[in-house]
Amino acid sequence: MSKQIICRNATLGYEDGIVTENLDFTVNSGDYLCILGENGSGKSTLIKALLGLRPQLSGEIKWCDGFKAKEIGYLPQQTPVQRDFPASVREIVLSGCLAKCGLRPFYNKAEKELAESTMKQLHIEELAGRCYRELSGGQQQRVLLARALCATRKMLLLDEPVTGLDPKAQSDLYELIAKLNRDGITIIMVSHDLNAALKYASHILHIGKKQLFFGTKENYLTSKTGMNFIETEGGE
Amino acid sequence: MAEKIQYYFQFPIVRYALIVVLLVALCSSLLGVTLVLKRFSFIGDGLSHVAFGAMAAATVTGVTNQMIIILPITVISAVLILRTGRNTKIRGDAAIAMISVGALAVGYMLINMFSKSANIAGDVCSTLFGSTSILTLKKEKVWLCIGLSAIVIFIFVLFYNKIFAVTFDENFSKATGIDADTYNLIIAITTALIIVLAMSLVGSLLISALIIFPSITAMRIFRSFKSVIICSAVISVICAGIGFFVSLLYGTPVGATIVTANIAVFFIFCIISSFSGTKK
Ligand SMILES: Nc1ncnc2c1ncn2[C@@H]1O[C@H](COP(=O)(O)OP(=O)(O)OP(=O)(O)O)[C@@H](O)[C@H]1O
Ligand SMILES: [Mg+2]
Repeated sequence: MSKQIICRNATLGYEDGIVTENLDFTVNSGDYLCILGENGSGKSTLIKALLGLRPQLSGEIKWCDGFKAKEIGYLPQQTPVQRDFPASVREIVLSGCLAKCGLRPFYNKAEKELAESTMKQLHIEELAGRCYRELSGGQQQRVLLARALCATRKMLLLDEPVTGLDPKAQSDLYELIAKLNRDGITIIMVSHDLNAALKYASHILHIGKKQLFFGTKENYLTSKTGMNFIETEGGE
Repeated sequence: MAEKIQYYFQFPIVRYALIVVLLVALCSSLLGVTLVLKRFSFIGDGLSHVAFGAMAAATVTGVTNQMIIILPITVISAVLILRTGRNTKIRGDAAIAMISVGALAVGYMLINMFSKSANIAGDVCSTLFGSTSILTLKKEKVWLCIGLSAIVIFIFVLFYNKIFAVTFDENFSKATGIDADTYNLIIAITTALIIVLAMSLVGSLLISALIIFPSITAMRIFRSFKSVIICSAVISVICAGIGFFVSLLYGTPVGATIVTANIAVFFIFCIISSFSGTKK
């Protein structure tokens, strides 16, 4: 198990103030880390910092062993611009391969095949020619997941991937993610769904104004933070 | 009618004009989709006003090749507008409105104060709404148009996949190591080139129409990025062709005629899309 990300005493925030501080955790390859916290506690901000989109205010976030920020696949909380975007599923999935192209202007054969095989893996190959905005929410999430998988096979960052899905689609997506994790992909997932977190994750990071808990799921269940949270959220 | 057209086409100047019209239409339609989807339409609008101001300044200085002044000013403004548009501290849209309306006012004032031309109103009108007759095109200008369009098309084809990714999801592109800021810059600069290119034809007030209409029209019916781009290019070129011949035969101002053709096609597409099922 090699370390992929080390976060030491990081403080996150925007120009107008600190959102969360004292973040200390490590992510090893093959981990399934679930990030918990209330609305506005800074989960999406942390994801942006991990991706290098918005640097931390202080502290350190380090990628180890030649593992680069670029090798992270990312499933964002959806933005409204995407909703009326004319794009076919294939075009979107292919765009995940773009970083592999470098300065080359067009996709090569290997990249096109990667896109096709990833679509098969996620069972969306029949959707390839369809328009993204006409798909159901669950199908859309699968498409974005396929794009992320084209970008990397090492680590996936998922920001509330199941929002707006019905229970069946939610559990399907969770199972899919769990399967990818078993295949060796590191997962970092933001979620409000405590039950799912406890069911699938190997590690839990719970943040508020500062870091409330980091450790394995087993330790979380017996920690004070964990027990309080489970009580208020009504988990098992 | 055919004879009349044939008669006109004996003159090389008419053939040049047609080439220019078609090229301008093709180029301006290419980036439209991106500008609309990125909510960048305002850049096109703001830049066209800046280009008017630059043109006025160029007229006043009396240089023979006005492009030496217009091109750099418009490109620099494109970069500035992109910056302010993304700066959350300043109200981006207000800043752009200030720049563009300011350029319009100063430009008009300069022309009025310093122009030696006897027909100021006519000059202003043709910079705003395009030449009333395209047959006044000079040969150098035709070559300039061909050169600029070649650059625009080249950039667009070269960066097509990157432009798609950055337009669809900027954060994802950045996260996977694509230099989205650079590509935004390329988009803004190319837009500036297109506007300078199109200004002499349709005038600075109508450029946005030429950029936006074909892509919005194509988006009514087509559902993938590539098909929308191809369709909007085709629509734009066809409308430009129609506009060109109508204005040739009936003496209407070419820019306004082309835009009117675009509007007509837009409504036709609206009707088709509302008949073609439940799709929104
Ligand atoms: N671009 C921004 N500029 C300034 N402040 C921001 C920005 N984005 C978020 N914030 C603030 O940072 C805090 C944390 O936001 P963040 O989006 O990280 O929360 P979250 O934990 O993801 O919440 P949710 O569960 O609702 O997704 C909030 O108080 C929010 O107001
Ligand atoms: Mg969030």
